Amino acid sequence: MLYRTQFPRDLFADLDRMQREMQQAFDLSPTIRGLSRGFPAMNVGGTPKSVEIYAFAPGIDPASLEVQIEKGILTVAGERKLDEIPEKASVHIDERFAGRFRRVVTLPDDVNADAVEAHYRNGVLHISIARKETAQPRRIAVQ
Amino acid sequence: MTDKNVATQPNEAARNDAALLPPVDVIEDAGGITLYADLPGVPKDKLVLHVDADTLTIEGEVALDLPQDMEPSHAEVSLPRYRRVFTLSKELDSGKVAAELNQGVLKLRIPKAEHAQPRKIEIKVA
Repeated sequence: MLYRTQFPRDLFADLDRMQREMQQAFDLSPTIRGLSRGFPAMNVGGTPKSVEIYAFAPGIDPASLEVQIEKGILTVAGERKLDEIPEKASVHIDERFAGRFRRVVTLPDDVNADAVEAHYRNGVLHISIARKETAQPRRIAVQ
Repeated sequence: MTDKNVATQPNEAARNDAALLPPVDVIEDAGGITLYADLPGVPKDKLVLHVDADTLTIEGEVALDLPQDMEPSHAEVSLPRYRRVFTLSKELDSGKVAAELNQGVLKLRIPKAEHAQPRKIEIKVA
Protein backbone atom coordinates (compact mmCIF):
# COMPACT_ATOMS: atom_id res chain seq x y z
CA MET A 1 0.00 0.00 0.00
CA LEU A 2 1.30 3.42 -0.81
CA TYR A 3 0.17 5.29 2.23
CA ARG A 4 -1.84 5.11 5.38
CA THR A 5 -4.98 7.15 5.64
CA GLN A 6 -5.69 9.45 8.49
CA PHE A 7 -9.28 8.33 8.63
CA PRO A 8 -9.38 4.55 8.34
CA ARG A 9 -12.72 3.01 7.57
CA ASP A 10 -14.39 -0.31 8.08
CA LEU A 11 -13.17 -3.63 6.71
CA PHE A 12 -15.15 -3.92 3.50
CA ALA A 13 -14.43 -0.37 2.52
CA ASP A 14 -10.77 -1.09 3.21
CA LEU A 15 -10.80 -4.01 0.81
CA ASP A 16 -12.34 -1.78 -1.84
CA ARG A 17 -9.70 0.82 -1.21
CA MET A 18 -6.86 -1.69 -1.45
CA GLN A 19 -8.16 -2.76 -4.81
CA ARG A 20 -8.36 0.86 -5.93
CA GLU A 21 -4.88 1.65 -4.68
CA MET A 22 -3.45 -1.34 -6.50
CA GLN A 23 -5.02 0.09 -9.60
CA GLN A 24 -3.66 3.54 -8.87
CA ALA A 25 -0.17 2.21 -8.27
CA PHE A 26 0.06 1.49 -11.99
CA ASP A 27 -0.92 5.02 -12.89
CA LEU A 28 1.61 7.78 -12.44
CA SER A 29 1.31 9.88 -9.33
CA PRO A 30 0.25 13.46 -10.09
CA THR A 31 3.14 14.99 -8.20
CA ILE A 32 6.32 13.91 -6.49
CA ARG A 33 5.07 15.49 -3.29
CA GLY A 34 1.67 13.85 -3.40
CA LEU A 35 2.84 10.55 -1.99
CA SER A 36 3.28 11.33 1.66
CA ARG A 37 0.22 11.68 3.76
CA GLY A 38 0.03 13.64 6.93
CA PHE A 39 -1.92 16.28 8.74
CA PRO A 40 -4.01 17.90 7.43
CA ALA A 41 -5.47 15.44 4.95
CA MET A 42 -5.95 17.13 1.59
CA ASN A 43 -8.26 16.85 -1.36
CA VAL A 44 -7.41 18.61 -4.61
CA GLY A 45 -9.58 19.24 -7.62
CA GLY A 46 -9.82 21.54 -10.57
CA THR A 47 -12.30 23.36 -12.73
CA PRO A 48 -11.50 25.01 -16.07
CA LYS A 49 -11.23 28.31 -14.21
CA SER A 50 -9.63 27.39 -10.89
CA VAL A 51 -7.74 24.94 -8.75
CA GLU A 52 -9.52 23.95 -5.53
CA ILE A 53 -7.68 22.66 -2.48
CA TYR A 54 -9.36 21.39 0.68
CA ALA A 55 -7.28 20.86 3.80
CA PHE A 56 -9.05 18.94 6.58
CA ALA A 57 -7.66 20.67 9.64
CA PRO A 58 -10.29 20.68 12.40
CA GLY A 59 -10.07 22.71 15.57
CA ILE A 60 -7.46 25.26 14.55
CA ASP A 61 -7.40 28.95 15.25
CA PRO A 62 -7.60 30.44 11.72
CA ALA A 63 -5.15 33.15 12.78
CA SER A 64 -2.45 30.54 13.29
CA LEU A 65 -2.84 29.12 9.78
CA GLU A 66 -0.16 30.12 7.31
CA VAL A 67 -0.96 29.77 3.64
CA GLN A 68 1.77 30.72 1.22
CA ILE A 69 2.37 30.43 -2.51
CA GLU A 70 5.90 30.68 -3.76
CA LYS A 71 7.19 29.68 -7.20
CA GLY A 72 4.18 27.53 -7.90
CA ILE A 73 4.31 25.74 -4.57
CA LEU A 74 1.53 26.09 -2.03
CA THR A 75 2.41 25.63 1.62
CA VAL A 76 -0.11 25.18 4.41
CA ALA A 77 1.43 25.35 7.86
CA GLY A 78 0.30 25.94 11.41
CA GLU A 79 0.01 24.50 14.82
CA ARG A 80 -2.74 22.50 16.40
CA LYS A 81 -3.12 22.77 20.13
CA LEU A 82 -5.44 20.38 21.89
CA ASP A 83 -7.27 21.03 25.13
CA GLU A 84 -5.08 20.43 28.13
CA ILE A 85 -5.56 17.18 29.94
CA PRO A 86 -6.59 17.86 33.53
CA GLU A 87 -4.51 16.47 36.32
CA LYS A 88 -5.43 13.05 37.66
CA ALA A 89 -7.19 12.19 34.39
CA SER A 90 -6.34 9.08 32.41
CA VAL A 91 -6.13 8.99 28.64
CA HIS A 92 -7.77 5.90 27.15
CA ILE A 93 -7.54 6.72 23.45
CA ASP A 94 -5.11 9.23 21.96
CA GLU A 95 -5.40 9.34 18.18
CA ARG A 96 -5.82 12.98 17.27
CA PHE A 97 -2.95 14.95 15.79
CA ALA A 98 -1.30 17.63 17.92
CA GLY A 99 1.61 19.93 17.25
CA ARG A 100 3.07 21.77 14.29
CA PHE A 101 2.25 20.73 10.77
CA ARG A 102 3.25 21.67 7.25
CA ARG A 103 2.07 20.39 3.92
CA VAL A 104 3.23 21.34 0.48
CA VAL A 105 1.40 21.05 -2.84
CA THR A 106 2.86 21.69 -6.29
CA LEU A 107 0.45 23.79 -8.30
CA PRO A 108 -0.11 23.51 -12.02
CA ASP A 109 1.73 26.07 -14.21
CA ASP A 110 -1.35 27.96 -15.29
CA VAL A 111 -2.48 29.31 -11.90
CA ASN A 112 -2.55 32.98 -11.04
CA ALA A 113 -0.87 33.28 -7.64
CA ASP A 114 -2.42 36.73 -7.16
CA ALA A 115 -6.00 35.51 -7.32
CA VAL A 116 -6.25 33.29 -4.26
CA GLU A 117 -9.08 32.97 -1.81
CA ALA A 118 -8.94 31.02 1.43
CA HIS A 119 -11.83 30.22 3.76
CA TYR A 120 -11.90 28.20 6.97
CA ARG A 121 -15.25 26.61 7.70
CA ASN A 122 -16.28 23.60 9.83
CA GLY A 123 -12.62 22.72 10.26
CA VAL A 124 -11.85 22.64 6.53
CA LEU A 125 -9.52 25.14 4.90
CA HIS A 126 -10.67 25.73 1.33
CA ILE A 127 -8.17 27.43 -0.96
CA SER A 128 -9.34 28.46 -4.39
CA ILE A 129 -6.74 29.64 -6.90
CA ALA A 130 -7.84 31.07 -10.23
CA ARG A 131 -6.21 29.96 -13.45
CA LYS A 132 -4.65 32.55 -15.75
CA GLU A 133 -7.01 34.05 -18.29
CA THR A 134 -4.75 33.08 -21.17
CA ALA A 135 -4.75 29.45 -20.08
CA GLN A 136 -8.51 29.13 -20.24
CA PRO A 137 -9.91 27.40 -23.27
CA ARG A 138 -11.24 29.81 -25.88
CA ARG A 139 -13.52 29.15 -28.71
CA ILE A 140 -12.23 30.49 -31.99
CA ALA A 141 -14.81 31.48 -34.50
CA VAL A 142 -14.25 30.08 -37.97
CA GLN A 143 -14.87 32.68 -40.62
CA MET B 1 -15.69 2.76 26.87
CA THR B 2 -14.74 0.36 24.11
CA ASP B 3 -14.58 0.58 20.38
CA LYS B 4 -17.05 -1.53 18.48
CA ASN B 5 -16.22 -2.80 15.05
CA VAL B 6 -19.16 -1.98 12.85
CA ALA B 7 -18.00 -4.32 10.13
CA THR B 8 -18.45 -7.40 12.33
CA GLN B 9 -22.12 -6.68 12.88
CA PRO B 10 -24.47 -8.74 10.74
CA ASN B 11 -25.82 -5.50 9.37
CA GLU B 12 -25.39 -5.48 5.58
CA ALA B 13 -26.13 -1.78 5.45
CA ALA B 14 -22.73 -1.10 7.00
CA ARG B 15 -21.06 -2.31 3.84
CA ASN B 16 -23.13 -0.27 1.43
CA ASP B 17 -22.82 2.72 3.65
CA ALA B 18 -19.04 2.82 3.95
CA ALA B 19 -17.73 5.55 6.22
CA LEU B 20 -14.44 6.90 7.48
CA LEU B 21 -13.35 6.26 11.04
CA PRO B 22 -12.67 9.60 12.71
CA PRO B 23 -9.70 9.82 15.10
CA VAL B 24 -10.72 10.36 18.73
CA ASP B 25 -9.25 11.17 22.12
CA VAL B 26 -10.92 9.74 25.19
CA ILE B 27 -10.00 11.13 28.59
CA GLU B 28 -11.43 9.98 31.87
CA ASP B 29 -11.43 11.93 35.09
CA ALA B 30 -13.18 11.43 38.41
CA GLY B 31 -16.43 12.98 37.17
CA GLY B 32 -16.80 11.28 33.83
CA ILE B 33 -15.44 10.85 30.33
CA THR B 34 -14.57 13.48 27.74
CA LEU B 35 -14.45 12.41 24.12
CA TYR B 36 -13.05 14.51 21.28
CA ALA B 37 -13.59 13.47 17.67
CA ASP B 38 -12.17 15.07 14.54
CA LEU B 39 -15.00 15.51 12.03
CA PRO B 40 -13.70 18.11 9.57
CA GLY B 41 -16.29 19.31 7.07
CA VAL B 42 -19.32 18.28 9.14
CA PRO B 43 -21.75 21.12 9.86
CA LYS B 44 -23.89 21.04 12.99
CA ASP B 45 -27.05 19.95 11.19
CA LYS B 46 -25.31 16.97 9.54
CA LEU B 47 -24.04 15.50 12.80
CA VAL B 48 -26.04 12.68 14.37
CA LEU B 49 -25.34 11.46 17.89
CA HIS B 50 -27.23 8.42 19.01
CA VAL B 51 -27.27 6.80 22.42
CA ASP B 52 -29.10 3.48 22.57
CA ALA B 53 -28.80 1.62 25.90
CA ASP B 54 -25.02 1.25 26.15
CA THR B 55 -24.12 2.11 22.57
CA LEU B 56 -22.96 5.53 21.44
CA THR B 57 -22.93 6.21 17.71
CA ILE B 58 -21.29 9.24 16.16
CA GLU B 59 -22.20 9.85 12.55
CA GLY B 60 -21.52 12.87 10.37
CA GLU B 61 -21.90 13.87 6.74
CA VAL B 62 -19.25 16.03 5.09
CA ALA B 63 -20.65 19.11 3.37
CA LEU B 64 -18.11 21.06 1.33
CA ASP B 65 -18.85 23.89 -1.05
CA LEU B 66 -17.59 22.21 -4.20
CA PRO B 67 -17.85 24.11 -7.47
CA GLN B 68 -20.31 22.41 -9.82
CA ASP B 69 -17.83 21.54 -12.54
CA MET B 70 -14.97 20.46 -10.32
CA GLU B 71 -13.09 17.30 -11.17
CA PRO B 72 -11.23 15.75 -8.23
CA SER B 73 -7.59 14.94 -8.92
CA HIS B 74 -6.31 13.82 -5.52
CA ALA B 75 -8.44 12.72 -2.57
CA GLU B 76 -7.30 11.65 0.87
CA VAL B 77 -10.72 12.09 2.41
CA SER B 78 -12.42 9.83 -0.09
CA LEU B 79 -15.82 9.29 1.49
CA PRO B 80 -18.25 12.00 2.54
CA ARG B 81 -19.19 10.30 5.81
CA TYR B 82 -17.73 9.53 9.24
CA ARG B 83 -19.00 6.92 11.64
CA ARG B 84 -17.76 5.47 14.91
CA VAL B 85 -19.52 3.34 17.49
CA PHE B 86 -18.58 2.98 21.15
CA THR B 87 -19.87 0.83 23.95
CA LEU B 88 -20.41 2.77 27.14
CA SER B 89 -19.70 1.18 30.45
CA LYS B 90 -22.48 0.96 33.04
CA GLU B 91 -21.30 3.65 35.40
CA LEU B 92 -21.70 6.33 32.73
CA ASP B 93 -24.90 8.31 32.72
CA SER B 94 -25.88 8.22 29.04
CA GLY B 95 -28.87 10.44 29.73
CA LYS B 96 -26.66 13.40 30.54
CA VAL B 97 -24.41 13.57 27.51
CA ALA B 98 -23.39 17.10 26.58
CA ALA B 99 -22.12 17.77 23.05
CA GLU B 100 -20.35 20.68 21.43
CA LEU B 101 -19.23 20.99 17.79
CA ASN B 102 -16.66 23.63 17.02
CA GLN B 103 -14.74 23.94 13.73
CA GLY B 104 -14.98 20.24 12.96
CA VAL B 105 -14.15 19.04 16.47
CA LEU B 106 -16.83 17.29 18.47
CA LYS B 107 -16.50 17.41 22.24
CA LEU B 108 -18.67 15.02 24.22
CA ARG B 109 -18.91 14.96 27.97
CA ILE B 110 -20.46 11.89 29.55
CA PRO B 111 -20.71 12.17 33.34
CA LYS B 112 -20.57 9.21 35.65
CA ALA B 113 -23.78 8.23 37.38
CA GLU B 114 -24.11 9.62 40.83
CA HIS B 115 -23.54 6.31 42.57
CA ALA B 116 -20.31 5.85 40.62
CA GLN B 117 -18.88 9.24 41.58
CA PRO B 118 -15.93 9.00 43.92
CA ARG B 119 -16.80 9.94 47.46
CA LYS B 120 -14.56 11.05 50.14
CA ILE B 121 -15.23 9.28 53.36
CA GLU B 122 -14.62 11.31 56.37
CA ILE B 123 -12.87 9.70 59.20
CA LYS B 124 -14.19 10.56 62.55
CA VAL B 125 -11.80 10.64 65.37
CA ALA B 126 -13.28 9.34 68.51
